[in-house]
Amino acid sequence: MTTLNINGKDVPVDADPATPLLWALRDTLGMTGTKFGCGQALCGACTVHLNGSPIRSCVTPISAVEGQKVTTIEAVGQDRIGKAVQAAWVKHDVAQCGYCQSGQVMSATALLKSKRKPTDADIDQAMAGNICRCGTYARIRAAIHDAAAQVA
Amino acid sequence: MHFDPAVAADLQRVLSHRLPSALPGPVLERRTFLKLAGAAGFALGVYPLASGAADEPAGLKAFQQPAAFVRIAPDGTTTLTVNRLEFGQGTHTGLALVLAEELDADWSKVRTVHGDANPAYADPLFGMHITGGSNAIHNSYVQYRELGARTRAMLLAAAAQKWGVDAATLRTQNGFVLGAGNKRAGYGELAEAAMQQPVPVQVALKDPKQFRLIGKSTRRLDATAKSTGQQSYGIDVRLPGMQTAVIAHPPVFGAKVKSVDDAAAKNIRGVKAVVRVPVDRGGEGVAVIADGYWPARQGRDALKVEWDTSGVERADSTQLLARYRELARQPGNKRFDADVSKLEGAPHRISAEFAFPYLAHAPMEPLNCTVAFDGQKAELWMGTQMPGLDAMAASKALGVAPTAVKVNTQMAGGGFGRRAIPTSDYVVEACNVAKAARAAGVTGPVRTLWSREDDIKGGYYRPMHVHRAEIGFDDQGNILAWDHVIVGQSILKGSPFEDFMVKDGIDATAVEGMKEPYEIPMRLTVHHPQVNVPVLWWRSVGSTHTAYVMETLIDEVARTSRQDPVALRLKLFGGKQPRHEAALKLAVAQSGYGKKPLPAGHALGVAVHESFHTVVAYVVEASMDKGVPKLHSVTAGVHCNLAVNPLSVEAQIQGAALMGLSTCLPGNAITLKDGVVEQNNFGEYRVARLPDMPKVAVHIVPSADAPTGLGEPGLPPLAPAFANAIARLTGKPAPRELPFPQA
Repeated sequence: MTTLNINGKDVPVDADPATPLLWALRDTLGMTGTKFGCGQALCGACTVHLNGSPIRSCVTPISAVEGQKVTTIEAVGQDRIGKAVQAAWVKHDVAQCGYCQSGQVMSATALLKSKRKPTDADIDQAMAGNICRCGTYARIRAAIHDAAAQVA
Repeated sequence: MHFDPAVAADLQRVLSHRLPSALPGPVLERRTFLKLAGAAGFALGVYPLASGAADEPAGLKAFQQPAAFVRIAPDGTTTLTVNRLEFGQGTHTGLALVLAEELDADWSKVRTVHGDANPAYADPLFGMHITGGSNAIHNSYVQYRELGARTRAMLLAAAAQKWGVDAATLRTQNGFVLGAGNKRAGYGELAEAAMQQPVPVQVALKDPKQFRLIGKSTRRLDATAKSTGQQSYGIDVRLPGMQTAVIAHPPVFGAKVKSVDDAAAKNIRGVKAVVRVPVDRGGEGVAVIADGYWPARQGRDALKVEWDTSGVERADSTQLLARYRELARQPGNKRFDADVSKLEGAPHRISAEFAFPYLAHAPMEPLNCTVAFDGQKAELWMGTQMPGLDAMAASKALGVAPTAVKVNTQMAGGGFGRRAIPTSDYVVEACNVAKAARAAGVTGPVRTLWSREDDIKGGYYRPMHVHRAEIGFDDQGNILAWDHVIVGQSILKGSPFEDFMVKDGIDATAVEGMKEPYEIPMRLTVHHPQVNVPVLWWRSVGSTHTAYVMETLIDEVARTSRQDPVALRLKLFGGKQPRHEAALKLAVAQSGYGKKPLPAGHALGVAVHESFHTVVAYVVEASMDKGVPKLHSVTAGVHCNLAVNPLSVEAQIQGAALMGLSTCLPGNAITLKDGVVEQNNFGEYRVARLPDMPKVAVHIVPSADAPTGLGEPGLPPLAPAFANAIARLTGKPAPRELPFPQA
């Protein structure tokens, strides 16, 4: 039994300690907002925050995050910056299929937490690991700038 | 896929012929429909409009019945059933806008759900369940307007009855019926009475001047759910006792299992069973069934499988390319004929050969299908573009009657054609797994989930192609003769679509986008080699390669003969292509083409192409950065007739342009060696990322004509426009292959 701290709550997880956090969230805890895209930290769909920093949950074993603060898409809106990012996502009508957007929102929120006024180059760097096959990148960029202005 | 309206009528006939036990008829009278709906457990909702109407409306088909499409709850919440898969293209907002417009609904109370395999939700033109060919708005615009107008008429009739007045004295506004003396009733209050009203056959539609929703930029109905992680997809379906299966697929398409050692797999905690299952193309795989993806995946990785590849062709893309290039030097089956004798002695000649690789769709949501099977009947959950064909395939795989299969269409995380699959490969596979799991004593539904590697290696690619062109032209850019050969696998041969889309040995999807809209003397012939690699339509289908060839060659004719590439195109339209002209001129004007000073080392490139009834013209600005082409901006001129939701038009053009850009990037290719796909995941199969995204400005030609689709048409002209800019920068011909060669 591994005890995880997810969205501010301690949750016991009965799974092999090597199980990636992604599958503990999705299959064990039924929290399906975090998405499976590649299983190799190549696409960013599974991005969550570990102590506020973005990580790829598909390659992070639960044993490695025990006792640390995990935040997922289900709770990131409770944070001021996360809330502003989600509002900007809606305002700019970013999503198409939407499948990658949980990960995009988590990466964008982490970026704004570390850089309140990111440049285009900052956005390129922070978001390059999140693939969107629908091609919503232009609106993602606009939404990040907008969210930055809202929380400034 | 591009179905001519002329062949649409054929579709029903052909499908019923090819699938003798097919759907219970595409057209049903309402009474039959309701009975059928009830039998299948189809919920009409708490307050279904018209479900209890006493008067049978003559001549209305199932897809014209408001009862199947509109539910209004007492609080006014209006739930519309959309007969297409939502997988990013925005159809659950677009078609909802169209219906809500005529209904005069309160948009803030509109919701949508997916239709199922019920006949009511077939495409009204094709008579089958299909999301594809950018056809939703094109084929269902009138259907959804009429559904809205019929529902509104029933609400008016209910209000007239309630107030004892003539319905003609009443009007509707934003979810309310209004009458003289401040009479006012919400749709929610009237819904139950409205469903007792007869369904009108003839309804008057609004004058477009009265539109208050259609034509206005409107955000997606699913925008909030998709920004907060609340949106559920097929992969998110969770059922009591559900197990997850991961399959070891044969490394070569159609290969079988020689032996399997599953001892280690069975020792993994959570693994319930290991079963051998038939997979696509007569192959065999080994499924590991466990209480979650991770143990199932661990189990699969622990299998020791020896494969039997005897008797299956081991395709090799390098060898295929050489074979295709050989074939391209000989004429194939004739699509267009023309006198090409003027090639000899033409003042200018271009001789060009193009190569295009296999491409995977790689939608972000890996393929999955959940099957609950009790031995008698089955229920399936998956994001599918063709629930009807999938239901048929499932019934065959499970050995139950078609009426014993219920498909629950789920929101899908992309698809780009991969979820419209004539063989239903991943659905059949999931059914085979469910059947084998049951036989192995596993109870509960089974979700078969593909890894990304399964997806990249799993076939059904955009086919590899070679084109060869010989063009003769004069100093004014007049084309004297054009001799062209296309080599590539047929997508539709062997599918239910073959009978009417493969004619004279030519698959219509391989040649769409050739020649037109230009007035040119072209001879076009086609070879369709048989190769052991499954192929499929891929966003914009044939136009993914034909537009590139046509638009880079026309540009090369212009450069060689020192014509302006825009002027030459306009000349070659021959005054007969007003939509192409309007789109191209709009993109040219908005981009500042020929006027705007460009930074040193930058150049513009132009392309225009019609696909799926919509014309898109691009003017792009590009540069070379240390030998690597860089796309800076795209100015689009779009002719889609009436733009139902301009905000969505912009999104689709931006997204399709980006996907077109992906096809240019070195690494965006599927290759095979000794029968095995060489790419595994997004590490080897490169797709465009955020830093690759250019600025895309979308301009729409104003029009009041019935709208055409947007899902695909923005893709084809991107790569050739980019390539034409590169040609201007380098002074060499545009790259003769996609993706662009590595610098």
